[in-house]
Amino acid sequence: MNRKIPARAWVQIESVVLRPEERAPNVPEETRECPLLLWVKGFLKEEALPGDTVEIETIIGRALSGKLLEENPPYEHDFGRPITELLTVKEEFRRIPAKGGASQ
Amino acid sequence: MKDMSYAGVMARKNEIMKKALRMDYEEFEGEGLTFDYEGMMEKAGYSMEDIRNIQRSSSVGDTPLIELKNLTAAARKLAGPGKGARIFIKDEASNPSGSFKARRASVSCYYAKQKGYEGVIAATSGNYGAAVASQANMRDLKCIIVQEVYDSSRVGQPEILEKGRKCEAYGAEVLQLTVGPELFYVFLRTLEETGFFNASLYTPFGIAGVETLGYELTEQVRRCCGRDPDAVVVTNAGGGNLTGTARGLLKAGAMETRVIGASVDLQGLHMASDRDFNRKSFTTGHTGFGVPFCTWPDRADVPRNAARPLRYMDRYVTITQGEVFYMTEALAQLEGLERGPAGNTSLTAAFAIAQEMEEDQVLVVQETEYTGAGKHLTAQLTFARERGIEVRRGNPREQIPGENILLPSDPSVIGVQDLDLDHLRRSYLKNSLKRNGLQSSELLEKELDFLGLEIKKNRDYVRSALKELESR
Repeated sequence: MNRKIPARAWVQIESVVLRPEERAPNVPEETRECPLLLWVKGFLKEEALPGDTVEIETIIGRALSGKLLEENPPYEHDFGRPITELLTVKEEFRRIPAKGGASQ
Repeated sequence: MKDMSYAGVMARKNEIMKKALRMDYEEFEGEGLTFDYEGMMEKAGYSMEDIRNIQRSSSVGDTPLIELKNLTAAARKLAGPGKGARIFIKDEASNPSGSFKARRASVSCYYAKQKGYEGVIAATSGNYGAAVASQANMRDLKCIIVQEVYDSSRVGQPEILEKGRKCEAYGAEVLQLTVGPELFYVFLRTLEETGFFNASLYTPFGIAGVETLGYELTEQVRRCCGRDPDAVVVTNAGGGNLTGTARGLLKAGAMETRVIGASVDLQGLHMASDRDFNRKSFTTGHTGFGVPFCTWPDRADVPRNAARPLRYMDRYVTITQGEVFYMTEALAQLEGLERGPAGNTSLTAAFAIAQEMEEDQVLVVQETEYTGAGKHLTAQLTFARERGIEVRRGNPREQIPGENILLPSDPSVIGVQDLDLDHLRRSYLKNSLKRNGLQSSELLEKELDFLGLEIKKNRDYVRSALKELESR
């Protein structure tokens, strides 16, 4: 299914910075079980398949290498859903009774 | 061939830092555990006027001070007759990159350009990344941002994903990492490879840039109220926001203004834990940074941290995640200001603290931040729910960070919890002795005085606190 991604495409790569056994001694157990991974984007140097080890040129011109993930990944963070519990906040401030009978 | 292993790179830390800052921290080291803090700050070499000019030349600062009349009125109703200070907010979201961090980045980028660096690097998952990227563009510098973004399942907080996007929008190279303190290793390695400037948050430049904030707000309050601010509430994480603001207040001559730190209470969550990473809704401004950086500032990414909050803090309070989200909604609904939740940590504390104050007093919340996809309470609470965090109305005092987020049942339950500053001061003293391998009986008068300055107390206080620590 995987199609080749052409040279000069804007892509994201992944690389392992530290394997579990190379991690800092002071990290919590559950963190130390995982490798330290890095993702970065850049222009693909040569045509390749996702999963291939490739070289990219980052937006500021540095050459970095890693496993090719995908071409031009989208930004997927959004606004989520309205929080219905907070819809009445304005009313709750308006309804505050004045303490000590102060006129408001 | 250079040793690029974790231990190898960490061992070259001082050498890498020296090149990446063109500043030799050795020259400020004094006898025993002392160092010349003010000398180091002066070394930044820019006067208040210089910094204001640098910032004006890149459209930073001179942000509006807005009176929150409706929230003040609400606080007064809760406080009772004669009580309830006027609440003002410094709209730092109107800086070029949407937060006060532009102030910190502006001086670093100016300095880097003057010194002939080709680019700048910062290690940050916060608003500082966008600030550095934006200021780097204004000074025609290249920019790399190193971010802690994902847990091991490659799930990231929407807020951090948005900050990454914003850095990319400014044309920065963004290195995105999984959880772990070894981010610092990647940072050092990248500094070494590129020869770029270390735009750390914690250099004298990074702090001097915030001094204008305290200075400006004093001028603005004097202009509109004919008095100095009675108190300023500052969101506290690494301590730079508080340190810089407090120094600016002093430089403006606001000697009596109380400086109050505020952090989101995230007790019980481990900051370097792959499991806890996505169980919090605040990525900064919380106790997980605020407390350890108070009690040992030199854990930062520079040899001596210019952010030393215990030197300036008069009070330190915590509030809860649910309270900040509630007040973020209130700021939009009552004052017409839709701003990011993280920046509203100090606002939330201020709403409670204003009720303790007299109605002729002035309380300033010294920041806001931009909001948008990801960096919004709707995004962050939706994400929390997806992670199995219970979100409901309730009593904020019953919150358990990482398990639930309790949105206050009504405005009257919003309150601050005081952290024991004396306890934090003693922790600082303990850390200082431990890190320097010293016993309290060995300390010179000079060292006692230095420790006093570090915690805003005198020699006698330090002596008796050390005695008490020893007897335990």
